[in-house]
Amino acid sequence: MSEETAEAVGKMLEIPRVALVVLVGASGSGKSTFAARCFAPTQVLSSDHYRGVVADDENDQTASTDAFEALHHVVGIRLRRGLLTVVDATNVQEHARASLVKLAREHDVLPVAVVLDVPAAECVRRNESRPDRDFGAHVVTRHAAALRRSLPRLQREGFRIVHVLRGAGEVAAAHVRFTRMLNDHRELTGPFDVVGDVHGCRGELETLLTTLGYALRRDDEGRAVGATPPAGRTAVFVGDLVDRGPDTPGVLRLVMGMVAAGEALCVPGNHENKLIRALRGRNVKVSHGLAESLEQLGRETPEFRAEAEAFMDGLVSHLVLDEGRLVVSHAGLKEAYHGRASGRVRSFALYGDTTGETDEYGLPVRYPWAQEYRGRAMVLYGHTPTATPEWVNNTLCLDTGCVFGGALTALRYPEREIVSVPAEREWYAPVRPLAADQEALAGGFALPSPASHGQGAGPRHGDGLELTDVLPDGPVRVLETAHHGRVSVRAENAAAALEVMSRFAIDPRPLLYLPPTMAPCATSTLPDVLEHPAEAFAAYADDGVVDVVCEEKHMGSRAVVLLCRTPEVARRRFGLGGVPDDGTDGGTDGALNGAAAGAVWTRTGRAFLDDALTAALVDRLRAAADAAGLWTAAGAGDDAADWVLLDCEVMPWSAKAVELLRRQYAAVGAAGRAALPAARDVLGSVAARGIDVGDLLARTQARRTDVDAFTAAYRRYCWPTDGLSGLRVAPFQVLAAGLADETAAPPARAFHTRDHLWHLGIADALVAADPGLVAPTRRLVVRTDDATSVAAGVAWWEELTGAGGEGMVVKPVANLVRGPKGIVQPGVKVRGREYLRIIYGPEYTEPANLDRLRRRSLGHKRSLALREYALGLEALERTARGEPLWRVHECVFAVLACESEPVDPRL
Amino acid sequence: MLLTITASANEALSDATDLGYLLHKHPGRAQSFGVASGTAHVVYPDAGPARCTAALVLEVDPVALVRGRPGSGRRRSAPGGDGTLAQYVNDRPYAAGSLLAVALGQVFRTALAGRCDLRPDAAAAPLALEVTVPVVPCRGGADLAERLFAPLGWAVEADPLPLDEEFPEWGDSRYVALRLTGTVRLAEALNHLYVLLPVLDDAKHYWVAADEVDKLVRAGAGWLATHPERGLVTRRYLRRRHAFVRTALQQLAIERLADADDTDVDDVDNAVPVEEVTSAEEMTASENVTAGEGATTEDGTAGEAPDTEPGPLPLAKQRIAAVVDALRTAGASSVLDLGCGEGALLAALLADRSFTRVVGADVSYRALQVAARRLRLDRMPERTRDRLELVQTALTYRDARLAGFDAAVLMEVVEHVDPPRLPALEAAVFGAARPRTVVVTTPNVEWNVRYGLGPGNLRHRDHRFEWTREEFRAWADGVAQRHGYAVTVTGIGQDDEELGRPTQLGVFAR
Repeated sequence: MSEETAEAVGKMLEIPRVALVVLVGASGSGKSTFAARCFAPTQVLSSDHYRGVVADDENDQTASTDAFEALHHVVGIRLRRGLLTVVDATNVQEHARASLVKLAREHDVLPVAVVLDVPAAECVRRNESRPDRDFGAHVVTRHAAALRRSLPRLQREGFRIVHVLRGAGEVAAAHVRFTRMLNDHRELTGPFDVVGDVHGCRGELETLLTTLGYALRRDDEGRAVGATPPAGRTAVFVGDLVDRGPDTPGVLRLVMGMVAAGEALCVPGNHENKLIRALRGRNVKVSHGLAESLEQLGRETPEFRAEAEAFMDGLVSHLVLDEGRLVVSHAGLKEAYHGRASGRVRSFALYGDTTGETDEYGLPVRYPWAQEYRGRAMVLYGHTPTATPEWVNNTLCLDTGCVFGGALTALRYPEREIVSVPAEREWYAPVRPLAADQEALAGGFALPSPASHGQGAGPRHGDGLELTDVLPDGPVRVLETAHHGRVSVRAENAAAALEVMSRFAIDPRPLLYLPPTMAPCATSTLPDVLEHPAEAFAAYADDGVVDVVCEEKHMGSRAVVLLCRTPEVARRRFGLGGVPDDGTDGGTDGALNGAAAGAVWTRTGRAFLDDALTAALVDRLRAAADAAGLWTAAGAGDDAADWVLLDCEVMPWSAKAVELLRRQYAAVGAAGRAALPAARDVLGSVAARGIDVGDLLARTQARRTDVDAFTAAYRRYCWPTDGLSGLRVAPFQVLAAGLADETAAPPARAFHTRDHLWHLGIADALVAADPGLVAPTRRLVVRTDDATSVAAGVAWWEELTGAGGEGMVVKPVANLVRGPKGIVQPGVKVRGREYLRIIYGPEYTEPANLDRLRRRSLGHKRSLALREYALGLEALERTARGEPLWRVHECVFAVLACESEPVDPRL
Repeated sequence: MLLTITASANEALSDATDLGYLLHKHPGRAQSFGVASGTAHVVYPDAGPARCTAALVLEVDPVALVRGRPGSGRRRSAPGGDGTLAQYVNDRPYAAGSLLAVALGQVFRTALAGRCDLRPDAAAAPLALEVTVPVVPCRGGADLAERLFAPLGWAVEADPLPLDEEFPEWGDSRYVALRLTGTVRLAEALNHLYVLLPVLDDAKHYWVAADEVDKLVRAGAGWLATHPERGLVTRRYLRRRHAFVRTALQQLAIERLADADDTDVDDVDNAVPVEEVTSAEEMTASENVTAGEGATTEDGTAGEAPDTEPGPLPLAKQRIAAVVDALRTAGASSVLDLGCGEGALLAALLADRSFTRVVGADVSYRALQVAARRLRLDRMPERTRDRLELVQTALTYRDARLAGFDAAVLMEVVEHVDPPRLPALEAAVFGAARPRTVVVTTPNVEWNVRYGLGPGNLRHRDHRFEWTREEFRAWADGVAQRHGYAVTVTGIGQDDEELGRPTQLGVFAR
């Protein structure tokens, strides 16, 4: 072949999209030119460049060690991020290549060698034309010799693909084509029906496919050879089609037919892997149901056996589907391995992660990778028989032990709907009972431990939280919210929140929400008041919100109340009440060891009341919920809710804040009421002596009045309570409601798009059900574009606050409202003149004080209110989508962290 | 706020209105003085030859009080400008504490020094005096006023003020109406008030001037050195200066979280007791004043007072020794001290070179700061420093940094965790971190009777529970069984046939 022809045709080099490409060639062979032509500049890391980076001289050979250290570091970062990376260095020495092969393996990408085999003379000639390359020809000659020696060894060194370009012409003409990884089927977007371990249970598989709406196709002998899916759907098998069960060939025939017809995808299981080796005559131990497969296949034709062997051999160990949102493999896959290719990726996909230990049944102890899984992709897998599928951090094991007499299970994706058919019988006796995992579940202890996770991926509430779920690893942690974009949490605020959350807050499982802070209305310019409703109405009018609802602001303590329909729901969904010592399920009613079938917590996530009082309050409210029809009202369609989350105010203030009242508020009042009359008397006597004390007497008298008003203000919010007697709960918003079954689709709903009148209607129903405990929230709807309506709103506020009320909260009737500049404030508070004495001090109403206090800055508070609101909604929406605990908890934690930001506490 | 001083005529004071000379303030006029916290007025409600009363009325500006005054060099609240709500609703305008004392020192400076050129004899002689202060914050109860003033020759009436007549169940406030009568030199009386009003107040959050030590020495001259409560007086007086003020960003953040929940920050940021830093200079001054007398202990710390039992070695020390011993026996060289607190165990671990890697972990940022200070991290030799690391973590979260150690210690830690959260701790320590050895100590509640604690009373305010030996054994066995450990349960401290030992010790190994 002449050089011209080679150039015209040009070699096509296939390179996987995620790979480490190692260029191999002597100095002067044209590597950099080739790389610049075939790859993006950022993909190419050259040793010359890194010599320059570390030594300011690209040719300083004494800097090579440092240069390669820096280069390898960057290679590692790029590979970790899944980026194709090209190393432009001579790489003619085996040790140089070995370190790169090792790096590729460490990041589970394919090492690819591209050899530029250019005659030494040509290289020398090129170097001579470059003034900066002053090393002699002997160097190039040595390179060329080393390259020659290396050529036959490259495959053995671990390069999975080796391209050799011979001569300058081939180098100049070569092109690169990027190929998709075999596991990369992101273009397939489903919907899918992902089927768990079949293990030769052909009958159950046929039933399941039929249940899923597939139409079986049969051959002349009546054997199922395919199944036409319902419109647009594709089946996906998680492997372990074979062994143990009654008809491995029948299962293979059906699945092979479906895969060939494009009706199904399939990944291999460890049993397929072993069966192939057995079929190839390798020496494998015939156990775990392999004998059955071999015996059944022995009755088939050699052609079928060959076909089956080829089918199983051609399966790719895991699949990345639906734009990367779904990963299917037999034994699960940690995030770092998604879309990667290496021996250990394959091994993980087939066998899972093991600790190297074995349990009391002699089975390998599996490492609970799913509990540490924090990836966004859903991972569906099988391999580990469990009695019921349990979501763990967006992963689901679909092996429900059909062959052991359990069930054959599929998941409809993206609907997250589980479809199961029971086994026709126990086809094979399990080594260890399936129930063992249920015991671990009941134990309530997170993994890993040999006793509890020998077979299971772990109980639901072992979704143990990681410190990295809440603490930033730099100065800030950023959370994505649907309604307010990216929200940052600073390290110091997270540190403070960590201490409060871990030392004082309740269990994170029920703690689905923390209330956001709320900004006051803009500061009024009217004399004598700091806050006035006109400002609130005007602000919403500016935001384009016409209908607002004014809600009476109760002066107590904020409380979030979780109510469960039954104690069983509280235990199952939220792990409340722990588990009876005998490890049983504890029955279905009143068996929570006296614990509440719900929870009540404060703004910072502390238990609002002690255990006994919590249980009593929750029971009263559950009874009210029953009577008010709350479960149905908050349910979805025909499904009544199993649990409901309510935003409430609990009164009196003194119930929770009595220590604060004694230490702070009552103390100030007591001091003022004693000091000021004494001072007034003294000044009165001075004046009586005819000495002019100026305004001092009048000022002292005014202070006396202020202190009395201050005392009256806090007294309104205090009354004695005894147990539940005296306690009032004012619910004003239904935050979320859901089902006990977290695998339901959807498992819960949030209600921030329901208008506030619906929420208040529910509150009214609860009041009607238990007027002694549940306090009503008075409200008035105002149109911000109607002067008469606005005036009525103002008058209503004056009436409320004139009677000693704290004030009111003005909210858009529609609830969540998005304006041109993003979400609008979900509510603003307009506090009464007298109430504010508790906040700004007894004497704040003195004109000189008021004038100074008007200079308050609301910007930070408003921003904080929106961020916390968005985080709270994010927590609720993630709950509604059935997202893992860590995804919910990171939002709740972030609300707490934001609460510790420095903002004027009086706002 | 208000203070009155009444002089009645006696042999040393033929005309009571001479009080005006002694105070250098004319009884026929109302005079006003600008002081740090606002305006001080001196007026005479009564000025007759038999009886003359001077009143000091201090008008505090509550808004400025919170904001502080730029350039005044006085910080009255936590720095940062925002602070907590407590500052805004404040007793300072009404209660006679340090602000009144400062005003007193400013307005009656000459009288405090005992100088009166026009009436030198009266200034030098004991006078029949009556002092009233209608609202005195008195931390430690009305009885303390008696203990402080009576030894100085005063007849003391200190009537507690109720918090709120409408809520008698709230009890008395910390204020008393104070009335002192006695025959005392005027300058001495003023000095008594100048020193003792802030001492009674004992407010933590108000800083006064930097030269308070000198002022105390001066004002206490002639009476403080022989005062039976001089230890308490000195300690409280000086505490105002180095009052613990949270400065780190993390700690200010915690203050705000306490505020958000209507709780006191001291009930939240309480992982380690508040430190009282005392400089060498102050120590010396304090010794000068108190003549070497040991400090009294009127206000027991929140710490484990009952643990200071008689015996060869305090229980805390025995506990550390037992833990270190268990670690040595296990052959551990890398050790995690989980919940290291102030770092007492860390110091013992660092002292033994066989522990080559020591990590102190605590959820409290302040605890870690205190530990760093106590261990003198900044001055630690490099070789020792390299063995130690301090990290913030929470035992209810899994933390990958805690994996791979030979041993972990939970010394007096589990009882600070709410029982429903114990499984999370168990999972994080025995499941995820999973060291070969875990050493756990916790109080034996049965022993509490020996400390005089009644049923239901725990040894520490933050203890969420204390276990009997049987309860600890059950927990330990469960943990061991669930996580593949073998556990040995023993005790630390004096053995009692019936009650066992005061501290329980569990050593888990796998």
